[in-house]
Amino acid sequence: MRDATLVEAINAALARAMQEDERVLVLGEDVGKDGGVFRATDGLLARFGPARVFDTPVAEAAIAGMSVGLAAQGFCPVAEIQFMGFAYAAIDQLLNHAARLRTRTRGRLSCPMVLRTPCGAGVHAPEHHSESGEACFTNIPGLRVVVPSSPRRGYGLLLAAIRDSDPVVFLEPTRLYRAVREPVADDGTSLPLDRCITLREGGDVTLVGWGGVVPEMLAAAERLAAEGTQADVIDVATLVPLDAETILASVAGTGRCVICHEAPLTGGFGAEIAARLAGPGLFSLLAPVERVTGWDTIVPLSRLERHYLPGVERILAAARRSLRHG
Amino acid sequence: MAHAAEAGKRGRTRTGVSKAGGFSSDELLRAYREMLLIRRFEEKAGQLYGMGLIGGFCHLYIGQEAVVVGLQMALKEGDQVITSYRDHGHMLVTGMAPRGVMAELTGRAGGYSRGKGGSMHMFSKERNFFGGHGIVGAQASLGTGLAFSNRYRGNDNVCLTYFGEGASNQGQVYESFNLAALMKLPVVYVIENNRYGMGTSVERASASQDLSKNGAPWGIPGAQVDGMDVEAVKLAGEVAVAHCRAGNGPFLLEMKTYRYRGHSMSDPAKYRTREEVQKMRTERDCIDTVHARLTELGVTEPEIKQIDDAVKQIVQDAAEFAQTSPEPDPAELWTDVLVEG
Ligand SMILES: Cc1ncc(C[n+]2csc(CCOP(=O)(O)OP(=O)(O)O)c2C)c(N)n1
Ligand SMILES: [Mg+2]
Repeated sequence: MRDATLVEAINAALARAMQEDERVLVLGEDVGKDGGVFRATDGLLARFGPARVFDTPVAEAAIAGMSVGLAAQGFCPVAEIQFMGFAYAAIDQLLNHAARLRTRTRGRLSCPMVLRTPCGAGVHAPEHHSESGEACFTNIPGLRVVVPSSPRRGYGLLLAAIRDSDPVVFLEPTRLYRAVREPVADDGTSLPLDRCITLREGGDVTLVGWGGVVPEMLAAAERLAAEGTQADVIDVATLVPLDAETILASVAGTGRCVICHEAPLTGGFGAEIAARLAGPGLFSLLAPVERVTGWDTIVPLSRLERHYLPGVERILAAARRSLRHG
Repeated sequence: MAHAAEAGKRGRTRTGVSKAGGFSSDELLRAYREMLLIRRFEEKAGQLYGMGLIGGFCHLYIGQEAVVVGLQMALKEGDQVITSYRDHGHMLVTGMAPRGVMAELTGRAGGYSRGKGGSMHMFSKERNFFGGHGIVGAQASLGTGLAFSNRYRGNDNVCLTYFGEGASNQGQVYESFNLAALMKLPVVYVIENNRYGMGTSVERASASQDLSKNGAPWGIPGAQVDGMDVEAVKLAGEVAVAHCRAGNGPFLLEMKTYRYRGHSMSDPAKYRTREEVQKMRTERDCIDTVHARLTELGVTEPEIKQIDDAVKQIVQDAAEFAQTSPEPDPAELWTDVLVEG
């Protein structure tokens, strides 16, 4: 057990996975010699050698496609894309091949690859370096989409993603990479890839979200507690397949739900959760579902970034609106 | 193609005025001034970054100045320019205002993108500069489209499409080569080979080391050019541009150049030695070379100093503007997403 940041926990999970299974390969731009833009793959080349950890040219489409080929041969490639804005070139291969290999071969082949990429704002750079494009992946059947929001969850979820026999898109919130340290046991224990994680139980209002906004939801829950309101806080963690039961069970108790994410509102994955609440959850609701999200615009440069990001104040305001009903 | 390389060599005359394609002292003075403007501008940008006034990424062009200055000298009004995120030099040579560029770096309302785009994303329709692009390699196909418009309109303009040697490994670069050759589009692809794409050297990223041959399968003529020599660059540019204007289709120039600074502002610099950088700076610097040529031609130090001072003044003015221009209004978040009204 040692204290680790999210990026260190990711690094530990990669090393653990490579240690226990030699089919695990790490590839991507500058992942070897330089140890990755954010140092997520630091030390892996020295430890596991150039046959298993290799730098690729700048070629996202081929990185993704090659990973599918390797996976079809039973390897477990873990490809890094430097920023989410560069993963769009890889989507063709993910959608048309990775996600469909199992179906097309009627289960004779599978695609146990992981595509890791930092996501969300936090480096004060606009656009490509700050994207929250998870909804582009969640609408692709055959892919798992996972977003950790703490060092421990980063470790456990990434191990699970690598061990999983299906393709996983693993989105690492850039602004959480070094935000906190917490004890992480590097004991090879993974977390389930089909469960939301309840971080706090309160009973008055449900705050549900993923990635960079999770610490904001926790901070909002603290503030609400000081006002006498107890919040359930749920980290969705695995968006696909969605553990709707955990969310519905919470809302069955609270009757109120605030969905939080950094991605734009329209067509964001929060809409899927809202739809589940409007379906099976409808008769639990005491107040309209609230969504606190990024705006329907392009992530701007740093000086406007703070106006873009959904933070504690907006979450609090939404929770209070919700609590005024019924 | 051999003749561009030869033209490049001929340009490297060491004596006399305007000999065998060499620069006249006027041209040399212009090149000196423009390269120096970029150098000083970039140094200032580096300083402002250090002071925390520029957020996010900022890719400096220091070391590579001869490439854009020489090539711009081969262009005429109406020719387009498009490049990557390492774009400050390209913008300055197309005639974009140093104030507007610097203010965009600091994210201010007076910047070319009104403070929303930053270092990587600026445009000037008036100066025919089509960005500043953060997606490595994407501008290759965008530039091919710009060139198509010239052919369609029947003018003889050319699009200069710059990208790095790292970018030259992206698939869409080759899709573009084929298209441009097939349709005989007036596009000069300029590979700025500064030897590194972030931390990866060209030897570790490209199976072929003569990148000027990358268009060969489609019959695209190419030349390797000493990108540290502004005269060689201009002459090679003239050959390439003439080829395109005459309707012969695309041309490929590989500019052998070098970036002195890190990839962006935080760079682990583990991938090359300090000596390697130092050697290029002392032996091959494009500005020092032109300075020496000017002296040979009898241009005096006071005359050169006048240029230095004027450049310093422009940069100082841009830096002041970039710090005093207001921050963008938060309402700007919602502007120009879709057409309004
Ligand atoms: C599609 C895409 N992949 C990766 C990156 C990250 N990245 C930014 S610059 C760069 C290296 C590009 O090198 P090169 O083309 O040689 O240009 P230079 O930086 O040397 O000017 C990389 C990999 C990106 N911006 N876009
Ligand atoms: Mg380069």
